[in-house]
Amino acid sequence: MTGWASRYVDERTGISYVVKEFGRKIFPDHWSFMLGEVALYSFVIILFTGTFLTFFFQASMAEVTYNGSYGPLKGLEMSAAMQSALHISFEIRGGLLIRQVHHWAALLFIASIGLHMLRIFFTGAFRKPRELNWSIGFVLFILAMAEGFTGYSLPDDLLSGNGLRIIAGMVQGIPFVGSWIGWLLFGGEFPGTAIVGRLYTLHILLLPAAVLAFIALHLVFVVTHKHTQFAGPGRTNENVIGYPILPVYAAKAGGFFFIVFGVLMLIGSFFAINPIWVYGPYDPSPVSAGTQPDWYIGFADGALRLMPGWLGGPGGVPMEFVLFNTTYSLNILIPVVILGLFIVVVMTYPFLEAWITGDKREHHIADRPRNVPTRTAIGAAGVTFYAVLWAAASSDLVATHFQISIESVITILQFLLFLGPVAAYFATKRICLALQKKDRQVVLHGFESGRIVRLPGGEYIEVHEPVDEYERWRLVSYNDYEPLMLRPNAAGRITATERARAAVSRWFFEDRIEPPTSTDVEVAHHH
Amino acid sequence: MATDDSNDLLPVDHRESATSPGTAVERADALQNPGLPPHRLRVTDTDPKAAKRAERVIVALFYVSVVGSVFAMAAYFAFPIRPNDLGSVRLNNVFIGLGLSFALLAVGVAAVHWGKVLMVDHEGIDIRHPVHGDAPTQARAVEIFRQADRESGFNRRVLIRNGMIAAFAALPFPAIFLFRDLGPAVGTPAAAYSHTMWKKGTRLTKDPTGDPILASEVTLGSVFHVIPENLNKSEDVLEEKAKAAVLLMRLEPKDLHVSADRKTWNYDGIVAYSKICTHVGCPVALYEQQTHHLLCPCHQSQFDITREAAVIFGPAVRPLPQLPISVDSDGYLIAQSDFHEPVGPSFWERRGDYNA
Repeated sequence: MTGWASRYVDERTGISYVVKEFGRKIFPDHWSFMLGEVALYSFVIILFTGTFLTFFFQASMAEVTYNGSYGPLKGLEMSAAMQSALHISFEIRGGLLIRQVHHWAALLFIASIGLHMLRIFFTGAFRKPRELNWSIGFVLFILAMAEGFTGYSLPDDLLSGNGLRIIAGMVQGIPFVGSWIGWLLFGGEFPGTAIVGRLYTLHILLLPAAVLAFIALHLVFVVTHKHTQFAGPGRTNENVIGYPILPVYAAKAGGFFFIVFGVLMLIGSFFAINPIWVYGPYDPSPVSAGTQPDWYIGFADGALRLMPGWLGGPGGVPMEFVLFNTTYSLNILIPVVILGLFIVVVMTYPFLEAWITGDKREHHIADRPRNVPTRTAIGAAGVTFYAVLWAAASSDLVATHFQISIESVITILQFLLFLGPVAAYFATKRICLALQKKDRQVVLHGFESGRIVRLPGGEYIEVHEPVDEYERWRLVSYNDYEPLMLRPNAAGRITATERARAAVSRWFFEDRIEPPTSTDVEVAHHH
Repeated sequence: MATDDSNDLLPVDHRESATSPGTAVERADALQNPGLPPHRLRVTDTDPKAAKRAERVIVALFYVSVVGSVFAMAAYFAFPIRPNDLGSVRLNNVFIGLGLSFALLAVGVAAVHWGKVLMVDHEGIDIRHPVHGDAPTQARAVEIFRQADRESGFNRRVLIRNGMIAAFAALPFPAIFLFRDLGPAVGTPAAAYSHTMWKKGTRLTKDPTGDPILASEVTLGSVFHVIPENLNKSEDVLEEKAKAAVLLMRLEPKDLHVSADRKTWNYDGIVAYSKICTHVGCPVALYEQQTHHLLCPCHQSQFDITREAAVIFGPAVRPLPQLPISVDSDGYLIAQSDFHEPVGPSFWERRGDYNA
């Protein structure tokens, strides 16, 4: 039967080639390799639930009078978009469930992309040949945030309307074209009657198509490169050890999709998300204290909050000025530029590191973060920078919860934005080096067994047990790099670029712990 | 792409490929890769009873999923949403959700469990190959490009090539023009952003009722959220409100530091300021009665009402524009004119001479 069916399909598609090549393709196993899977599955779930929502949602800002079953809003003027979102929540059976699963899945989508990116970064899985795939993945991260923002603006409730108001205000501040871009985006003055319909087109057509295209590209590269694996016995840069797609990986990964879906369904059943009926319809006048965007937009909102309008306090240097009768809003431009630079640095990091290290080999063994202390420290600094911006988006809530004045919270965070990453860099680097030293200790002298022995002379010692050769290999199989050497080029000259490169290479590799060699192990044995 | 299912390890060389080593240090006495550890059997491999048990668990889980699906469908009818009954919404949500959760989780757990305990768990080995094509392939690719160039004359017939580049460069511009009508064809953003519907004689009314406000109603320390009297009859209520919203407060006249050109803008200590933040446009809705400070809940800009709404903290730079007010013959508060400057966030065409 299997033979007949596959022959039937193959004679019409030639698919047997694909099955032969990929059916037993090997995937390595590690829990952290599932983060990207979670992202992929969340996106599929978003497509399913989102399609259901489109059957009921009306992307229109036409004014209607609410007459649905949610009492407190009865008789209120609102847009058809808000009314239909309430209709989905309160009158469609299972509608609230699907809406909540859609929103939770969107949050999980972005969160898992973020964690997946951190995993890739800290294990160096972005190195050659995967640099481009890192950038593609980062584009996906940005597209995911755009999907999130356009999606949560659709119900046209008070909270999302304020988010749009902020976007409109920021766009207006762009030099030369800002006011016109805002004018075109909103179809006239804010809020207008066009924006929800336009965001809807982006949200369900343009952005998902782009996400799908980039996911396809991303996965094609994953197949082409084969997955990285962690160092371990038997694992080399030339092989992949793991389970074949058919059947084990298909069962585990396929099953995992249903687990992710099931967990999201469970969350959607019990935990409310984005209760738009509490916020009410959009009105430009009221806004409640403690407004914040969805968490993944927090870093951008935090950047706006931390930027002082006046450097050195009011009366100092104004961050907005008029020159030749046009206004420059640095208080908006500087945060935007800083975030833009941050994004560019993260997106191009693989190329920067490749230039610094001068490493042109392919790498398929994932690093343990401690074994590349400088990169791990850079990552920790970046995470801290992001975390401070993110915390700043809740500055008012921090102030009220901890009974500190809002001014102190902002001032502390402003300092932390600059000092935090520096502190994180040095602390992380030291911790990595200490962990490497510990690994070296374990390889050379064994691990502490916890068994205390009293020697005949009365001395107490703790017995150290040697590690087995498999564990030992896991600890020592990493590359040891020396800083680049400054060499004259073909013309016999040492260029300034090479000098700079040698300097950053020295900074990158200066502090390092060499992996123990067999000689080291032997010497240690004789002690 | 060749897959090697055999369990034997190929000879392992810990060193990287023969490509340039970069700056990695290669040591002759480095420790050697010990190769894959011996395969460890699972309980289900050695104990047929355990395997049978695992099989039963997996079968049961798949049927639990069927039960979950049926339960979800039953809940769809058993817990209907009744009009004006929010409790029924909650029950509907929870029970359909529970059914679906079990249906999905049971399938997932069953499949993963099957893969982990019953399917053959011998690790397979794939051999990697460099990502780039081999030398003949690379050479052939280069040759194809050269050949295409020769056959088309792409680099030889420069005029044709430049003509093509010019054509492609011009093509996107019509598309940009097509987007012009995303915004209204009449008016400019700068003109629209510069005016609100406040006019001489417009009554200040309460938000959202539209009731006019008697000056005598505004007691010391009180604050009113204000809209222009004819706002609710306007065609673009939200657009006008987004510019015209005003906060009204009464302070002791001696607490107000009034500049020379604004002496007549307040009425006996009653002052009106734009409610739209000069940072990015959120409503500056929070008034601290004791200090006379206004706080924007979005980005925490603070404005001091006693000093004509000057910024005292936060990302905003400009003070909130003041609306000049007085009273009409009936004692109701009215505007003397529109704001003297554009309200809300800055924009490129915003001039510097409004308050000059």
